[in-house]
Amino acid sequence: MKHVIAVIVENKPGVLARVSSMFARRGFNIHSLTVGPTEDDAMSRMTVVVDGPEMEQIIKQLYKLVHTVKVTEFEPGTAIEREIMLVRVNADAKRRGEILDAARVWEARAVDVGVATITFEVTGPPERLADFLQLMNTYGVVSLAKSGRIALARDQKSGKKQLKSA
Amino acid sequence: MAEQLTGAEALIRSLEYEGVEVVFGMPGGAILPAYDPLLGSSIRHVLARHEQGAGHMASGYAHATGRVGVAVVTSGPAATNVLTALQDAYMDSVPMVVISGQVATTAIGNDAFQEAHTWGMSMPATKHNELVTSADEIPDLIREAFHLASTGRKGPVLIDIPKDVLVSTMTWHRPGEVRLPGYRPAVKGHPRQVKAAVDLIERAERPVLYVGGGVVAAGATDELQQFADLINVPMVTTLMARGAFPDSHPLNLGMPGMHGNYTATTALQRADLLITLGARFDDRITGDAKQFAPEAKVIHVDVDPAEIGKIRFADVPIVGDAKIILQELIAQTDRRGLQPNREAWFAAIDEWQATYPLAYEQDPDGPIQQQYVIEELQRLTGGDATIVAGVGQHQMWASQYWRFEEPRRWINSGGLGTMGYAVPAAIGAKAGMPDDVVFAIDGDGCFQMTGSELITAAVESIPIKVAVMNNASLGMVKQWQNLFYEGRLSQTELSPSVPDFVKFAEACGCVGLRADRPSEVAGVIEQALAINDRPVLVEFTCDPEAMVFPMVPAGGSNENIIMSREDLA
Repeated sequence: MKHVIAVIVENKPGVLARVSSMFARRGFNIHSLTVGPTEDDAMSRMTVVVDGPEMEQIIKQLYKLVHTVKVTEFEPGTAIEREIMLVRVNADAKRRGEILDAARVWEARAVDVGVATITFEVTGPPERLADFLQLMNTYGVVSLAKSGRIALARDQKSGKKQLKSA
Repeated sequence: MAEQLTGAEALIRSLEYEGVEVVFGMPGGAILPAYDPLLGSSIRHVLARHEQGAGHMASGYAHATGRVGVAVVTSGPAATNVLTALQDAYMDSVPMVVISGQVATTAIGNDAFQEAHTWGMSMPATKHNELVTSADEIPDLIREAFHLASTGRKGPVLIDIPKDVLVSTMTWHRPGEVRLPGYRPAVKGHPRQVKAAVDLIERAERPVLYVGGGVVAAGATDELQQFADLINVPMVTTLMARGAFPDSHPLNLGMPGMHGNYTATTALQRADLLITLGARFDDRITGDAKQFAPEAKVIHVDVDPAEIGKIRFADVPIVGDAKIILQELIAQTDRRGLQPNREAWFAAIDEWQATYPLAYEQDPDGPIQQQYVIEELQRLTGGDATIVAGVGQHQMWASQYWRFEEPRRWINSGGLGTMGYAVPAAIGAKAGMPDDVVFAIDGDGCFQMTGSELITAAVESIPIKVAVMNNASLGMVKQWQNLFYEGRLSQTELSPSVPDFVKFAEACGCVGLRADRPSEVAGVIEQALAINDRPVLVEFTCDPEAMVFPMVPAGGSNENIIMSREDLA
């Protein structure tokens, strides 16, 4: 089972190396890892998707890194999770219309059209990307790039029911 | 007031500010600027012959004194040489700060002369490390390094300083408060967990105190003794915890594990409660962890939360400083005045001790047994010596047979199992505790790895004593080949006569002595103990066929302890 964790680290040179080195040394598998700035210039946010089951050890070992400030594991459904994907599919003239129609349903944007391929950009929760990819596989995926997941905890205080698609 | 210093001067002043009295090291190109202000400093520099030696010296110093050990090395090969000592200290939670030189910031990444990616290589071998980018950072980074090394779960910290940073100038400022938002080691135990621990202890019929090196690191040995007496529970002391509790105390069952004595290993195995203090369920203790102590509930006290539940589930986890948690446990127990009846448990332990004592035989006309040397050493020093071991058979026998009464008088490489640790670590220990008798107990294989540090001991007037147990073998590896590879000895036999250890010692400026027969053992030890102005090496020509027992084969269950050769037939 895949787990999503947010790791707030001090924004210092080499902090990504410290985290990835720890994962490698302890034999934990990273499914995806993204790093970026946060609202606080002194901190960076990493979103790491890992293959369980050693979550407790992973979190404790992350905390042992001196530059790790906070680690949060998101329970399923408690976070807004997003990923971006660029997927290039075979699309000769005969099937181009059909593929574009399908993509429209998924709100995938055609960002590049070539003689024999179309490249789509899709953003959304990982499941949606997976479903779209499955569909595109039926046409033949030529190349694929995924950003890795980013996530933020839902604002529990708002009390609003989240849309299913969100 | 705005005093201008070079980075190098700021470094030395920062070390002085930390109260550093001695550093172990060796100069070279990139660290050169730091060696100049060292000339006018109150800090003593011990010139090692190899950077691994400098690192182990810092470790030995830290073990013996409880203070942070410091090593200073240059870039490239010096930094790679010290890596072994860093990993060793990391595994055994030894507080150390290593300062390494680095090529100039402008040259980093260009494969410059003596460049190595020290920061990257030392990352998984240190508690923390930093590459300094400006001389201004030096006071705070050194303060931070000492803080990290000596608090929480102690460990080594490396500070890598490029040469241009050392020569650039900065305005001196005293280091500020350490600001590490991600570093908050727990100190006090959770009161509910402390209460839960006492509840378990109150109900346990077969409890064992499982004591590890963390108790020594926390300086909690007085509290341990008070607690053990209060709850009257038998105790095992791991390899890293020998001396944490007096061996003469009837509750101390000694060392458990792969080469532990039968009673200590079996008491853990049969226990219904393990009161684990600063120990980490190492594979050398548990054997097959799945079959370890199957009926035991576990109280696990550790300053490092990641140790709890890593190998064994803890019914009662308590994160914090062992000294403070022991005080809390004592206070809770005191209030309750519990007096459980454990006569049957003590009777079983007594029976194991009577049936399966540690045993060896010294044939007066046969080859010298290492256990005999250790017992004679104990007798002739009255036990008042710091024992520093290498790794292998001699180390296990030293741990089994020496009767430890005080903490910090037993120094060895536990987690990493670093052959060659003894001689440099003994030098570090003696440098820190010059009035103590420091006796390295080393094997001939181990000694040949770092024996050149005898030169350091002689030239620096650090009069350690070294017993080389010469069994002309890599004895422990040979033992495994004898037991598990049908006696097919592959590369484990060393020369019995090369090197000539006595001549080697003399060539290094030390006294060399030798005992070939049991009858000579006491005499050479007395001679060695009488010499205090120079280091002394005593070679003991030992039985090359002897094996360490008891033994639980690697990965085996602690149910199946091999007591002697006869068990193997």
